[in-house]
Amino acid sequence: MLRTLSRVSELPIVVKQLQKNAAQAGVSKTNNYATEATVQVNRPFKLHRLDEGPETTVKLTKDEALKYYTQMQTIRRIETAAGNLYKEKIIRGFCHLYSGQEACAVGMKAAMRDVDNIISAYRVHGWTYLMGVPPAGVLCELTGVQGGCARGKGGSMHMYAPNFFGGNGIVGAQVPLGTGVALACKYKGNGGMCLALYGDGAANQGQVFEAYNMAYLWKLPVIFVCENNNYGMGTSAERASCNTDYYTRGDALPGIWVDGMDVLAVRSATEFAIDYVNKNGPLIMETNTYRYSGHSMSDPGTSYRTREEIQEVRQKRDPITSFKEMCIELGLINADEIKAIDLKVRKEVDEATAVAKSDSELAPSHLWTDVYSNNLETKIRGTIAYDIDHVSERKGVNH
Amino acid sequence: MFAWGVNCRNIRQHNMKVSVNLARGLFNALKTAPPALARSHFTYYPTTATSDKGDLQKMNMFQAINQAMDIALDEDPSALLFGEDVGFGGVFRCSMNLRDKYGKQRVFNTPLCEQGIAGFAIGVANAGATAIAEIQFADYIFPAFDQIVNEAAKYRYRSGGMYDCGSLTIRAPCGAVGHGALYHSQSPEAYFAHTPGLKVVIPRGPIKAKGLLLACIKDPNPCIVFEPKTLYRAAVEQVPTGVYTSELGKADILREGNDVTLIGWGTQVHVLLEVADLAKKELNVDCEVIDLVSILPWDRDTVCNSASKTGRVVVAHEAPYTQGFGSELAAYIQEKCFLRLEAPVKRVTGWDTPFPHVFEPFYLPDKHRCLAAVKDIVNY
Repeated sequence: MLRTLSRVSELPIVVKQLQKNAAQAGVSKTNNYATEATVQVNRPFKLHRLDEGPETTVKLTKDEALKYYTQMQTIRRIETAAGNLYKEKIIRGFCHLYSGQEACAVGMKAAMRDVDNIISAYRVHGWTYLMGVPPAGVLCELTGVQGGCARGKGGSMHMYAPNFFGGNGIVGAQVPLGTGVALACKYKGNGGMCLALYGDGAANQGQVFEAYNMAYLWKLPVIFVCENNNYGMGTSAERASCNTDYYTRGDALPGIWVDGMDVLAVRSATEFAIDYVNKNGPLIMETNTYRYSGHSMSDPGTSYRTREEIQEVRQKRDPITSFKEMCIELGLINADEIKAIDLKVRKEVDEATAVAKSDSELAPSHLWTDVYSNNLETKIRGTIAYDIDHVSERKGVNH
Repeated sequence: MFAWGVNCRNIRQHNMKVSVNLARGLFNALKTAPPALARSHFTYYPTTATSDKGDLQKMNMFQAINQAMDIALDEDPSALLFGEDVGFGGVFRCSMNLRDKYGKQRVFNTPLCEQGIAGFAIGVANAGATAIAEIQFADYIFPAFDQIVNEAAKYRYRSGGMYDCGSLTIRAPCGAVGHGALYHSQSPEAYFAHTPGLKVVIPRGPIKAKGLLLACIKDPNPCIVFEPKTLYRAAVEQVPTGVYTSELGKADILREGNDVTLIGWGTQVHVLLEVADLAKKELNVDCEVIDLVSILPWDRDTVCNSASKTGRVVVAHEAPYTQGFGSELAAYIQEKCFLRLEAPVKRVTGWDTPFPHVFEPFYLPDKHRCLAAVKDIVNY
């Protein structure tokens, strides 16, 4: 497939047809002066009940390119670190990795404005970082220590930040919640909207459809984002869903299909969707993506798909590699800059990993903090041999 | 070194700003901890099968459950087995190889939709077939709560006996596992115990798991089996390979004693058996240990006979204190055995907090808290 690229710089504009795989693309690198480029999204959008779709030709500045690459690379490294910490038994219990899906989060975040919100499900380490928590805050939460963004009280799936209403451990439960957040945006009239993310597995939960219906009735500014990584736990999308065109499953709700491995396509679609939902009400956006790891750490991820399939996606569709190669070809980023970013990211995540290993848990007294805002009974019940007052410590960011 | 995994770092490294009582309790707990401990909070006490049950085979709990479902599918051609990832064997391996053996028409994966799974299973059972549905974790059962409580439990009653879904059995892994945190650790038995029309059981090990599951499948009422997930691999027994059932609604007296009655179910039974040992050794108190087995209906006779004999009852469960099933036991025991009681019934339970992530060892009604309760009730 061809990708049309153009380079904008102090030099005359150059437009070239390039192979999708930039490494083979025969563009001679003549300088590093490019500060902005025009790029054609990789695979066309598919539309449902929409006359017009997102822009397929988008601008990419050097600063944006550096930012997206750094963000995607940081998420990848955080996930690698998390996987290793799990194997070392420092992270216990549950751990769901986002490797392979980075372009979805980074693309959506790039389009989000300060008034916008997001709520997601299991794979939220990357989102937590994008929404302002440093890598150490993510990894510490996973190891259950007090430097974690929920102070180690949530663990995997339960991470939060301002405008980020968290991951969620119950499949599909976050979708109506995100719809409620959108109602709040509309009621307040602040121009904000909510991205409600779920996977292809959760797309079959009844409450997702209940949320669609309410959102459409009340024209709420919510983008239902189905991150379709092709497998709901160990069951492939075709085996679990009667209709795997998830962007069409809202019936009356319009939908967009997006290549979720292309950060610029995701950004463009999200920009379009934000504008659309604020004017017209809800929309479904399916980002077609892929997870390299199993569903969780206890799933090797190879019993229901072949190793070759995973390898092929890694080689041909990896969101980071393809973006990097494209940026290099466009002259937006050079190899030295890539190297510098890689080193910086590695250092930051390594340091975060060290903190996650050495930090301590909260004192046991935090077992009984923040159960209620103001307990009617002052003592926690069930604490035989102890006499424990209820403590309310934190005031929510939403107040 | 300690049973408490990562949390011990905290204890060693930091001054705890906690109440003096709690600190004392924790340090006492550390002092009395035996030197070599497993990671879990309990020591498994295997059950020995009675000799009349035929051939025995060493199995853990998931293998025993697998065998029970194998028998059910083999004996009953109408039986279906389904749930999330069940076709591959399920996340806890309970349905391993059953799809290969019985075909994907009978053993299959469902989408991730608990309400749909429960409703679908009720429909299957209504039509007279045998439905064995798995909810992947008991924590995920709540989307299905309406179907189970409003549909399954009331079908027979509301149709005047014309329809029922008695051939429905729902299995769900429950309880603490050492690192499950908020949504992979809960024990929701009390919610369902509030619903006439259902039967609810919890096995303590492989022999019981197989017998109870087969009994539930055959019972003409909708049944829920909550399987303590920490026992799937940890619990190993010599299990009879043939067909047998464990009576629903019947408690087991696992140890006889005259001083204090200890009542629990699931994993907690093993905690209480160890507590009985400790009470004998440290306090010279003879405990009677009862595995309630069946939450709904529960064995009033066995419990009240024991309560009348000892006059002192401690109930322990992982679920929180308020409205835990211990509340029902305590209320009933004081109603029926009031004049025979030497002390108020005591409950040792999880705390009235969400199930914690890193604080699980403090939350659980472990042997130290149970032993303290035995001490208190004896000295009342």
